[in-house]
Order: sequence, then structure tokens, then C-alpha cells
Amino acid sequence: MQDEPTPIELTKAVADFLRNDITPLISGHQAFKLRVAINILDLVTRQLTQEAGSDAAEVERLRALLGIDGSVTELNRALADRIAKGEVDLVTPGLAEHLWATTMDKLAVDQPNYASYRREQGRGG
Amino acid sequence: MIEAKLSRSVQRWCPGATGVTGAAKLSGGASQETWRFDIVHPDGTIGAILRRSPKGYGAAPTRAAGLAAEAQLMQLAYEAGVPSPRVMHVLIPEDDLGTGFIMQRVEGETIARKILRDEEYAAARPLLARQIGGILAGLHRLPLDKLPELRSRSATQEIAEFERDYRSLNWPKPVFELALRWLRDHDPGPSVETTLVHGDFRNGNLIIGADGVRAVLDWELAHLGDPMEDLGWVCVNSWRFGEIDKPVGGFGTREELFAGYETAGRKVDPERVKFWEVMGTLRWGIMCGGMMQRFREGPDHSMERAMIGRRASETEIDLLRLLAPRGS
Repeated sequence: MQDEPTPIELTKAVADFLRNDITPLISGHQAFKLRVAINILDLVTRQLTQEAGSDAAEVERLRALLGIDGSVTELNRALADRIAKGEVDLVTPGLAEHLWATTMDKLAVDQPNYASYRREQGRGG
Repeated sequence: MIEAKLSRSVQRWCPGATGVTGAAKLSGGASQETWRFDIVHPDGTIGAILRRSPKGYGAAPTRAAGLAAEAQLMQLAYEAGVPSPRVMHVLIPEDDLGTGFIMQRVEGETIARKILRDEEYAAARPLLARQIGGILAGLHRLPLDKLPELRSRSATQEIAEFERDYRSLNWPKPVFELALRWLRDHDPGPSVETTLVHGDFRNGNLIIGADGVRAVLDWELAHLGDPMEDLGWVCVNSWRFGEIDKPVGGFGTREELFAGYETAGRKVDPERVKFWEVMGTLRWGIMCGGMMQRFREGPDHSMERAMIGRRASETEIDLLRLLAPRGS
């Protein structure tokens, strides 16, 4: 077991330092790059916070859908394969719900401000 | 260094020009660079843009038409009244600047978010969807016998090419698989008519002023194919920059786009446009995967490229909104 602060607390501390203390000092192209860097750290913080929970739920859904066991990567590969072969499609009970839930969890990490995501969030998903 | 070479070049083909000033690199990709500079002339300076592949750079990627073709297309468009920069000079070996061309600089804005939000463009915005329809009609009417050598792509070939690109990424994505199946099931077959297709006509590749579209840029993905491809691509959600209820670049409705196109005397096939919008959404998603790969394997290890890799999921939600919409 590793000591604390946790990775989440550490990346957040760096992001806040860059945002609050360094941003006012920098301009032009370097300011643009700094914004990208802060966005990356914020994304990493979101992923560290949410990934374990969303992966567990995804694996649960995939096991029910596919009737097999495996890691989240293996199960995604299996689902991709079955869709490619036409064995599973949008008529398959649970597929659309699974893809929606998984995609919403990804957007929550990648781009929580993306307009399509915010619209779909408003639908209660 | 580049200013000295540009100075010598302009004095050869621009009568009266005495040199150039203010050369600055605007962007540099793996195989192409864009520079802005001013031609010094007794009648007043002339704003100019250089687009070139520096000497010793590898061949352009296979999908690209090449700079010579790009120059020819822009000139043809300009002569036909399609808003386009005037090509002033195609580079020759004596210029010692590599391959490419020099065009007249068109003032205006290309940054999509500014065009969608700034007050300066408020009056132009509601007119743009319709105007874009008219411009695309003009572009699709450019005479085939005057076009440079271009690759030709049908919908069927494009699906196969995207599938190959996607599989080469070894990146299992159930939503992309679903989209590929949908595309194969809805392949509209050969287009009744083959025309010039711009290939990257979207908000971000247009120079816009308070008076509307001033120039169409980035012709490097031009090819021959189904004209409806351009109408679908301009509607891809990623090019609406947050204005998701205005499908045409965040400016307006499909109906306005179609009306502009049909008023200019060409016919729209809305089913095909929808097909190409789905195709375009998947295309951008696979391009994000390509960015991830280039970040990971080099040569471009930039943070920006890494972050574009994480934009693939935006195309997944947009594909689901198109193919498996949820009730409101």
C-alpha cells in the first residue's frame, strides 16, 4: 500500500498551482500550451476519481450481455467482434443501454463540457 | 533566410515588387507549412500567404491531392466565382523554397468559436448556412475536364478504407463497429453524378468576415466523388463547436443549406447527406485515433496531439445520437 497524499490529490494540487499561480504570468502560444497542460491534468484527475467505478459497472454489463468473463479490455474486444460479425446489434436487448452508459462515462472524463454530453445528461442518463 | 528567398522570388514574378517583410510561420505540419508575409510594392504592400512542402520533406500522405493540385483548384474556384484566394505564383526550382504556391492573403477570421460568438459576425451568422449551400453548389459545378488529376472515391471504397484504418489502430470500439455496420447496411451505392468534392469543407476551414464567407481554404483532401459528401461533412457535430442545434457549422439548419444549394440550381439528396454525416463523424473519430498513434509513436509528441486522441469519445456520443437516439 502506497502512502498519501493520493495521486488524485497530487495531480489536483499541480493543476491548481498552474491555474492560479502560473497562468497570470504567461501569454501568447505558451499560454495556450499551459491551458492544454492544465486540461490534461484535470482529465487525469477525473479519470483517477471515476475509472474504478465506471470500469466495474461496464464489466458487469458486458458479462450480462455476452455471457462470458474477462477484463474490461477483453470484454470490449469480444463485444466489438460480435458487432462486427453481426451477432449483436441494436435489436439485442441491453446493447443500446450499455453503449450509452459506457459512452456517457467516457465523456464524463474526456469532455464533461461537450454540448452533446450535457444535452444527454439532461435526459437523466 | 526565408525572407531573402521570398524577396528574390517576388521580384521575378510581381512587377514593381522590391522585396518582402514580416514573414511569420502560421502553421507547420509534418509535410506542409503555411507562412504569411507582405510584398513590398510602390503602390502599397500586398498581403500574401505561402503554402509549401520544404525541400527534402517526404511525399504528401496518400489521401492528399498535393500542393500543385491544390493551387490549380483554388485558381479554378477563384475564376468560377467560388470565394477563394487568388493564386499569385506556383513555386519553381529557382525559388529554392521547396514545392508549393503563393496566394493573396484574404483578411478575416477562421477560428470557429470566434465566428460563432463574436459580435462582429452576428449579422453574418444567420445567413451563413444558406450561403454555404450556394458556395458548395458552385464548387460542385467546376468543370471536370479542367480539374487536376485527383483520386476518385465511392462510398463503398470509403467504408472499406475507414474500416482498414480503424482495424490498423488495434483499438476495439464497439460504437465504431456499430457505425461501420450501419454504413455498410446503408451504403447508397454509386452516386448518379460524380463531381469535385472539397473533402474538408467545414467551419474552421473558411475565412469569414462581417459580410459572410470570403474564402474556402484547405483543398488538400479534394477528390472526385459524391457531391453529397461535402454537405454531410459540414454538418458533423464536431464542427458545430457547441451550437449543436444548428447542424450547418453551428450557423443554421440543413433546410437553409439545402435551399441555398438548390437555389443555385443543384439537387440535394437528404438520405445521402445523412449517410455522409454518419461517415464523417466516424471519419473524425478514426482521425482522433490516428492522432493518438502519432503521439505515441512519434514524431509528434505534443500535448495537443495527445488530447485530440481523447476526443474520439465525442464522436462516439454523436454516433449514438445519430444511430440510437434516446427519447426526450
